[in-house]
Amino acid sequence: MPGNARKATLAALLAGTVLVAPALGDESAELIIEGEVMITRAPAPEHMEYIDEILSGWVFRSDETQAVQMDDFDNPGMLYVDEGLDLWNVTEGEAGESCASCHGDIESMRGVRTQMPHVNEDGELWAMEDYVNNCRTERMEAEEWGWESHQMLSMTTAISYQSRGMPMNVQIDGEAAEFWEQGRELYYTRFGQLDLSCANCHEDNYGNMLRADHLSQGQLNGFPVYRLKWAGVGSIHRRLRGCITDTRAETFGRGSDELTVLELYVSSRGNGLSVEAPSVRN
Amino acid sequence: MEGVRPRVRVDRATEAGETVEVKTLISHPMESGLRRNGDGDLIPRQIINRFTAEFNGEMVIDIAVEPSVSTNPYFEFDAIVPEPGTFTFTWYDDDGDIYTSTNDQSF
Amino acid sequence: MNLTRRQALITAISAAVAGVLPRSASATALDDAMAAFTGGVEPTEGGIIITAPEIAENGNTVPVEVESEGAARITIFATLNPSPGVATFTFGPLAGAQRASTRIRLAETQDVVVVAEMADGTYQMAAQEVKVTIGGCGG
Repeated sequence: MPGNARKATLAALLAGTVLVAPALGDESAELIIEGEVMITRAPAPEHMEYIDEILSGWVFRSDETQAVQMDDFDNPGMLYVDEGLDLWNVTEGEAGESCASCHGDIESMRGVRTQMPHVNEDGELWAMEDYVNNCRTERMEAEEWGWESHQMLSMTTAISYQSRGMPMNVQIDGEAAEFWEQGRELYYTRFGQLDLSCANCHEDNYGNMLRADHLSQGQLNGFPVYRLKWAGVGSIHRRLRGCITDTRAETFGRGSDELTVLELYVSSRGNGLSVEAPSVRN
Repeated sequence: MEGVRPRVRVDRATEAGETVEVKTLISHPMESGLRRNGDGDLIPRQIINRFTAEFNGEMVIDIAVEPSVSTNPYFEFDAIVPEPGTFTFTWYDDDGDIYTSTNDQSF
Repeated sequence: MNLTRRQALITAISAAVAGVLPRSASATALDDAMAAFTGGVEPTEGGIIITAPEIAENGNTVPVEVESEGAARITIFATLNPSPGVATFTFGPLAGAQRASTRIRLAETQDVVVVAEMADGTYQMAAQEVKVTIGGCGG
């Protein structure tokens, strides 16, 4: 990768910044939620060439933002978990089933989040939303939920929450290998008028300030995330779209093949970090 | 308004006269009335405009709320528990809806 | 234009602009709101503890705690918001302390002004500037 071109682009961006000493979070702080210690720092997975230690997005946030996640009551994302737990028991669709009637307690979903996105029985790469909608349409004979609908967000948050604390562990070999390669290529592709790739910010410049934003490594272990900016929970694909749109590009849609393979690759960069759903970020 | 869920956490008092911490959260968009939709029209204001906490009918706190309070309003305060009984928490919506939650204290 | 010169230019322009615009663009609205709360009485500075971040990571949700021993009511003003009133806490007989915490919206860097009505009918006030960043990439 041409280092000089990358540095020149970033110099242009940073030229607009005024250097303020921000109240950055204490980078040695530990994330403990309801007595459980979350893994927010881990050795980088073998497949990563340029980073030695992977860090959860939590580490990069201000003290106040970090504090909101440390208490399940203070964390507004938990409102979505409550909603998801309710939806789990709702009977819907022609088949007269609810999630519970087939899956039992939602605790049976423990571990699912650590493996998303996942290659299904037909060899397709599916995000959690795809699995949920497949169950709804095929087995419940109910209508699909919109990717970013309140019900889908509540359900994915409630399901992801069951894996909280467990280390991310997405598969990158075997039937996942080809998808993972595609995702990796996207990660290093420059997009948009600003000609930026994910790596330019999240690999080359994590820890630095991009205007007023303290750049993280762009990890996904915290998703679904309660973002202060959205004053609500949002999906992984929303966030990926947002980032690429900020390079001034028209970009891939939620549920697209591109975003799903990118989700796989980015998730694999966080293998070893704890699932934090619902996390709180800026 | 549909889908509004209150969430309350109150420490347990172990004896009469104890002070306990109360945390309350309610899911509500707190539409300020200043935002515009895709067509450029103002989205009408709809907020929680008042919150009260009482214990056995006596006032703990009464909060007048304006649009500058964040989405999913959060309030934290301390309350005295003079005797066993029940906290009643009430949120008032601009549209006339009233949401409540209770918490029992026994010792 | 190299980095240093551009930086100097930006700083100079900002300073000039800041000198011209009043710190509180809605000074009248704040004065009116404060007068409405105190009934026209001038508050004395002090007697209030404000806990708010120096820099808010996002203006949508800024945690603020206010405490004033002996207060009957406490009100929070966001001086540069579209309207300054934020919330007024009236403490009842079963309030365990004259303190309350909430999360507020701040439209931009501004002073958060807190006024308390004391039990004896006098008024106290305090202020803290909160810097609000417009960071946070991604829709």
